[in-house]
Amino acid sequence: MIFDTGYAPAPESTSVVDLRASYGLFIDGGFVTGKETFPTINPATEETLAEVALAGAGEVDAAVAAARTAYENVWGPMPGAERAKYLYRIARIIQERSRELAVLETLDNGKPIRETRDVDLPLVAAHFFHYAGWADKLEYAGYGTTPVGVAGQVIPWNFPLLMLAWKIAPALACGNTVVLKPAETTPLTALAFAEICQQAELPAGVVNIVTGAGETGRLLVEHPGVDKVAFTGSTEVGRQIAHALAGTSKRLSLELGGKGANIVFDDAPLDQAVEGVVNAIFFNQGHVCCAGSRLLVQESVAEELLAKLRARMETLVVGDPLDKNTDVGAVNSAAQLARIRELVASGVEEGAEPWSPPCALPERGFWFAPTVFTCVAASHRVAREEIFGPVLSVLTFRTPEEAVEKANNTPYGLSAGIWTEKGSRILAVAEKLRAGVVWANTFNQFDPASPFGGFKESGYGREGGRHGLEAYLAQG
Amino acid sequence: MTDAVAVTSTRELRGVLHGLPGVDEVGAKARAARLGTRSIKNDTKAAAIDLAISMVDLTTLEGADTPGKVRALCVKAVRTAPGAPTVGAVCVYPDLVKVAVEALAGSGVGIASVATAFPAGRAPLEVKLADTRRAVADGATEIDMVIDRGAFLTGDYGRVFDEITAVKEACGEAHLKVILETGELATYDNVRRASWLAMLAGADFIKTSTGKIQPAATPPVVLVMLQAVRDFQAEHGRVVGVKPAGGIRTTKDALKLLVQVNEVAGPRWLDPRLFRIGASSLLNDLLMQREKLATGVYSGPDYFTLD
Repeated sequence: MIFDTGYAPAPESTSVVDLRASYGLFIDGGFVTGKETFPTINPATEETLAEVALAGAGEVDAAVAAARTAYENVWGPMPGAERAKYLYRIARIIQERSRELAVLETLDNGKPIRETRDVDLPLVAAHFFHYAGWADKLEYAGYGTTPVGVAGQVIPWNFPLLMLAWKIAPALACGNTVVLKPAETTPLTALAFAEICQQAELPAGVVNIVTGAGETGRLLVEHPGVDKVAFTGSTEVGRQIAHALAGTSKRLSLELGGKGANIVFDDAPLDQAVEGVVNAIFFNQGHVCCAGSRLLVQESVAEELLAKLRARMETLVVGDPLDKNTDVGAVNSAAQLARIRELVASGVEEGAEPWSPPCALPERGFWFAPTVFTCVAASHRVAREEIFGPVLSVLTFRTPEEAVEKANNTPYGLSAGIWTEKGSRILAVAEKLRAGVVWANTFNQFDPASPFGGFKESGYGREGGRHGLEAYLAQG
Repeated sequence: MTDAVAVTSTRELRGVLHGLPGVDEVGAKARAARLGTRSIKNDTKAAAIDLAISMVDLTTLEGADTPGKVRALCVKAVRTAPGAPTVGAVCVYPDLVKVAVEALAGSGVGIASVATAFPAGRAPLEVKLADTRRAVADGATEIDMVIDRGAFLTGDYGRVFDEITAVKEACGEAHLKVILETGELATYDNVRRASWLAMLAGADFIKTSTGKIQPAATPPVVLVMLQAVRDFQAEHGRVVGVKPAGGIRTTKDALKLLVQVNEVAGPRWLDPRLFRIGASSLLNDLLMQREKLATGVYSGPDYFTLD
């Protein structure tokens, strides 16, 4: 059979990316070298891509000072319509360089080129376009027009450039300046974005990028010159930040972990529900805070749905993220792979049954086969803790009440999905779900006009849309 | 072999067909579009092009068709290109079946004839059956019938079912392809129900369209039909083929279809006995791409005969 050995390799060319041996910190409109450096690697091959400067206290000070000066002298006083021009320009340059940025993101992150090309980059550009549109219309948004000041922003490694866009676009639209720290495993697209700021002739100091690990992030969020902190990442670190900021006048928004429930009722469009389940948990290797990592399926269709799901999983292409046919790429880091393995081992030990399609994983790099756990009890760790990997836990339910109860029985509250052909049930169930985002007959859909954020331990504050302006305006 | 299942009344059929899971339009379109982004290169592409050639139902269904045109088409069907397979079948109107039979003798290429008052299907049942019997008697090995869309859309499933079983009987040994004319069915739910109805009534193949109505074989329609044959096989054990027809003109379209077959129905359907593509101009594009892949250069459309 012609596709027996899969599709012939169809790798995206890396020639569009001009990787440098080392990258500096972007402070006050220019790149400066740091005292120390750290390597960033390609998680699909474990090869070092570049050395990146590590920002210490001195560099963070300089970045915050540059942001302060730019805020007071240039960006804060600038009319919104003028700020918008810069944001539109940035959005257009992102579109022009989208292939390069998509390849770079795939190299540094390990996610498939299909996703960086078709999801990440279009959303990044759309986010800048969206907030560019708001810059001169803030008086109609309802949160005042006064910026907060200097924003310290710390973002995760799962959607490096997209999270940067979610943070920087609204901050700049509202007249704030920013110091942003990308994750230590995925700094490269943020540094490419710094070049784009130069290309767009954004005034010096409006955007500053400092690279480093947790310590750099701590220096940034605790810096007295920062007025507003925005963090996306783990609930554990979010808690530390909230603790550190308690008693200060700094504003804080947190977008943290999740253990999203994807609820499939017996009258669901089953084939599309299977797609939705796959998209909910295997999109981006499951490195998604709003992943649908718990599948709650009505018992009368459980067997049929799981049979379809397994058949569908057998068609997932796992491997080289640069191959245009790859569906599931590399896990972002050795540390994350170890965490996934540890949680999966706990699932097996506690009595849940794992299943994975047969798939040959590359020898080098960090890989984990898509996995489904059945026979899962609500008390199992795989049903309670965020795995942040391509691992799905399946539970069944009998009544809609039971589905809601199980879905809400988690400290998190970021996302949920409902699958049913009955519109009234969608509304009734959505109303009872304690989740910031509820998708109906779809999952993991994002749009810059739609607010995103969590309940409970999934954080507070909203990003995206009009609501996303609130965090960056003084009367918000 | 009795292919019909023991549900025949409209009421019973309604219970079965309306008990099928619904199709979410947005999701189905998104899935079909996603499958369309698969990148088929090199060896896979070469093999896929040859497979696609062997699946073509080389078709001419024009009022102006002549015996000469059908003969020319038959020559092309057998001698596609050096080293390339023959096509799956030649598809003609009933009155030209004899011409095709003569021209294709001993070639192994199937002779498909549309029947049952194609394309509208607006004729009394006796006429449709006579149409079918005559085509089979003249040597057609495959019959492409149209369903009564009016009866289907008014919910008279029993009537559609009975008509298909009657035509199936009239086919004898000839394979029956049932054309759903999805462009007139309005919803994907209906496409799924019509697919099941045809399969329950004994169809050997379910076919999207006559080619006379737009839209025809759109990717989401083919997706839903491939899901239907997969699910029908899982439930009833019988393997039914799928034939998209109408608007499939390029190699890229054909490769996207093969990807769908592979990932939705499964590799078992990657077989001309279970998947056909109804087309006229597609073959030349496949041959042109085949040569491009083998030689590295495009020779241009003038080097491929218009038959």
